[in-house]
Amino acid sequence: MSDALRQTPLHALHAELGAKMVPFAGYDMPVQYKLGVMKEHLHCRAAAGLFDVSHMGQVIVRAPGGYDAVARAMEGLVPVSVLGLAEGRQRYAMFTNDQGGILDDLMLANRGDHLFVVVNAACKAADIAHMRDGMPGCAVDEITDRALLALQGPQAEAGLARLVPGVAEMRFMDVVVMESDFGALWVSRSGYTGEDGYEISVAADQAEGFARALLAEDEVEPVGLGARDSLRLEGGLCLYGHDIDEGTTPVEAALSWAIQKVRRRGGERAGGFPGAEVILDQLENGAPRRRVGLRPEGRAPMREGTEIYAEAEGGAPIGTVTSGAFGPTIGGPMSMGYVPSDKAAVGTQLFGEVRGKRQPVTVAALPFTPANFKR
Amino acid sequence: MKFTEEHEWLRVEDDVVVVGITEHASEQLGDVVFVELPEVGTEVAKDDEAVVIESVKAASDILAPLDGEITEVNEALVDEPGKINDDPMGDAWFFKIKASELSQMDDYMDEAAYKDFIG
Repeated sequence: MSDALRQTPLHALHAELGAKMVPFAGYDMPVQYKLGVMKEHLHCRAAAGLFDVSHMGQVIVRAPGGYDAVARAMEGLVPVSVLGLAEGRQRYAMFTNDQGGILDDLMLANRGDHLFVVVNAACKAADIAHMRDGMPGCAVDEITDRALLALQGPQAEAGLARLVPGVAEMRFMDVVVMESDFGALWVSRSGYTGEDGYEISVAADQAEGFARALLAEDEVEPVGLGARDSLRLEGGLCLYGHDIDEGTTPVEAALSWAIQKVRRRGGERAGGFPGAEVILDQLENGAPRRRVGLRPEGRAPMREGTEIYAEAEGGAPIGTVTSGAFGPTIGGPMSMGYVPSDKAAVGTQLFGEVRGKRQPVTVAALPFTPANFKR
Repeated sequence: MKFTEEHEWLRVEDDVVVVGITEHASEQLGDVVFVELPEVGTEVAKDDEAVVIESVKAASDILAPLDGEITEVNEALVDEPGKINDDPMGDAWFFKIKASELSQMDDYMDEAAYKDFIG
């Protein structure tokens, strides 16, 4: 069956752990384990959560000219400084289209003689084709024989360092290759929960043993996609296809911080990526709308698709919620969405229509929970 | 006790019927985070939307299983929606309804039939 769901190297372990499985981006993935979404979320914020993110795309890009040649080619596809990325460091980026919209968001790491790229599962085939097309002279290889795990939370360092002592010294966004009892691990000190933690690429045939060793530790519980979503939303982080897509620019999406000065107007390598005109203009003059955090009054979540109004009655919608859920750590509902830039100031009172009733909602600072990175 | 295909349970208590959701339903919903109850005194018809609940996954409606008047609601759920996961068949009832036609209960499943229904 060509449309059969794909499985990650940890599939059997998920079943053994009692995971509830759902289709996600073509993979059969755990949405929650026995603890349930709420407790898994809280455990990750208090101790450490282990996530299987093997569905994400791991890609190595090489060129005869080494890292600099690859970085120059990549700068033709993303608005960030890839040449300026130091060896052993990672950076957030996005592929843009000619209109300045976002094709995907991704992580780029300088690993000395090559670029290591991690992309979203749903976009990986398109991303790889896009890189092959747009980076002439580069070899773009998808890594299909490695799993990707994330260990996230304030006790992630203690948990991982017990197995791989060297990781304690890493700072946020460092990347290293470490030898271990589970073969070579490609470790980055990063993640997508707003917590300190690591993402670890491990050979597929070692992944289950590695995951079991982590899960055997007191700090660590398995966490599914359900809590991954509420964690990243509390962390103010965008989910591709929801908060960002081909119709949103990085400036509208409040991701301008990811565009270094050197790629902006007046910079040494200004522009030169798809949609540069639109994006660089918005960086200088502002965008008509902006992604903001939204805190609804009361306890009812305002979910994706909820229309936002300026007034309690009358008028047309001025914006839309792109992600919305209950935040277990903040103990209340939280959303992100787009509103006109003149309504985007923190504290602005707006209204979201839930089940036909307009409910008050306040523009709030992101992240909803303070980031807990080891800088 | 009777059960609906919407995974509600109904228990006759003196002259009213107490309504809640089943263990199976609460497991399927996941952690409940918000409950909106009807007002006491509301006249409802069978299949009217009576309660809105939101879990970590989605919003769901609980329908009135009978024609009648809402005589009491479980306000404790508003502050502690998690009770619906902890004790769905007991403490976490939603509302009590004074049925106009108690015979409407006859259409619903008994426990054995409900167990078959959920497989």
